[in-house]
Amino acid sequence: MDVIVENLTKSFGMQKAISAVSFKARQGEVLGFLGPNGAGKTTTMKIIAGFLFPDCGEVYFGKDSIRKNPARIKQSTGYLSEHNPLYEEMNVVDFLTFIAKLHRIPRYKIDSRVVDILQLCGLEHEKHKNIKELSKGYRQRTGLAQALIHDPEVLILDEPTTGLDPNQIAEIRELIKRIGREKTVILSSHILAEIEATCDRVLIINKGKIVANGTSAELRSKSNAGKTLRVRIGSAGEEDIRQALGALPGIQKLNHPAGSPFFELQSDRETAIEQLIFDTCARNGWYIQELTPVETRLEDIFRQVTQN
Amino acid sequence: MGTIKILIGKELGNYFNSWSIYIGYVVFFCVCGFYAWLSANNLFYIGQATMKPVFAVINWLQFLMISALTMRSFAEEKRNGTLELMLTKPVKTWELIDGKFFSCLLISLIALLLTFPYYVTLAFLGNLDHGTVLLGYFGLLCMAAGYISIGIFASALSRTPVTAFFVHFGIAICFQLLFGMLAEQFNQGFMNSFFNYLSMEEHFDSLSRGILDSRDILYFCSICAIFLSLSRFCIYKNRY
Repeated sequence: MDVIVENLTKSFGMQKAISAVSFKARQGEVLGFLGPNGAGKTTTMKIIAGFLFPDCGEVYFGKDSIRKNPARIKQSTGYLSEHNPLYEEMNVVDFLTFIAKLHRIPRYKIDSRVVDILQLCGLEHEKHKNIKELSKGYRQRTGLAQALIHDPEVLILDEPTTGLDPNQIAEIRELIKRIGREKTVILSSHILAEIEATCDRVLIINKGKIVANGTSAELRSKSNAGKTLRVRIGSAGEEDIRQALGALPGIQKLNHPAGSPFFELQSDRETAIEQLIFDTCARNGWYIQELTPVETRLEDIFRQVTQN
Repeated sequence: MGTIKILIGKELGNYFNSWSIYIGYVVFFCVCGFYAWLSANNLFYIGQATMKPVFAVINWLQFLMISALTMRSFAEEKRNGTLELMLTKPVKTWELIDGKFFSCLLISLIALLLTFPYYVTLAFLGNLDHGTVLLGYFGLLCMAAGYISIGIFASALSRTPVTAFFVHFGIAICFQLLFGMLAEQFNQGFMNSFFNYLSMEEHFDSLSRGILDSRDILYFCSICAIFLSLSRFCIYKNRY
């Protein structure tokens, strides 16, 4: 089921939280939501999940609109909110059974479904504990379990890996990717590596507006930072190399960390800088030991679009 | 209806999982018992087979206890964020409110049933008008329903259970006492009948005297409908 968000606008009093946010999350795709604190990620997620009402704009799940068919949408959506609210006084099994009943899972299927989901989220050993006795990681797993129990078509996860240990983070990422192959997943995170590892497409939101939208590769190519190369040249003095490289046309930045045999140079994308480096070396009788392109990291793109 | 049943099951489970509800029941049972059988003007002393004095005590006790029962309902859900969890599930706001309302009403009904042995004992001791007593119990249940709806509204309005307790107390005392007192201030005329109509005590009195009037039933139904709709409005308002 595709999720289409059109012109979503929401204000809290005088403060505009998001303004004219539009995007599309396709089925079989994990969409990553990135943004600095207070950018409007959580507000957008809460509106998509049907908790907040937008001032204007629409969200469509397939053909259903969030304003006209909220019940049907909620039936096929799993939502894990940022603070992961749970009924503290219930135990894990009772809580998951209660949520399963709310989702109208047939009575005879509930027990087996709860057992499956406990196994999937690694909660078997904690299942009879009250939720208030669980550690943060296990609480997070319980939150994830309640979002997944009815096998939803659309999964909305607001920072799903907070509080988990590294093994569990890897497992959950793997799980999200697996679900994302068939279902629609919208995921927000502060951890850029997580977005890069799990998401097919990235959406960067800043001050309530979408500032970048595309796959990580697309964002890199669109980014106006030039390409970066790492060069190691043998049989020459460092100062000579620095002067020769610095004189090349199209060079934006040349770095030489002290003690390192590598030079890091940034040039604009139009210049065939590799060829120029080769020619320079050939002219001077130097030989190239290493020439590696350094990819622009998502972090740099993030900084670039959110700081302007 | 199915969703409401699931919600009632969960609410009752939560209430009966904690000690406080049992303590509440014991206190309720003991205070009613003390007043009915042991106090200065007990049922033997008045020399009449009537439950009216006991009903008066039950009335005040449940008035106080319903504040404590309902104060947590929405205030705590809002504070813990579980309201967000519920409203992103296929649950309508009114189903959530009704679930809480009926679970509280069931708890009040159980409390009233605890005083049933007093009625049975009295029926053996004297010549009791059964119709009046049963209508009295019905009246108490109607009052409980009214106060529960006010309590849920107070809880939906407030951020913390303590605030909800005082808001509920403030609104409910008007219906319990103040409107009746105001009606007395105006000897007759429109204001007198207006405040008399608003006073819950007045409607309960006619039921406990054994008069089943559709106007009283309508009054209690409207109180519930008005305050439950206001609760729904308060919850909706938070989401805009």
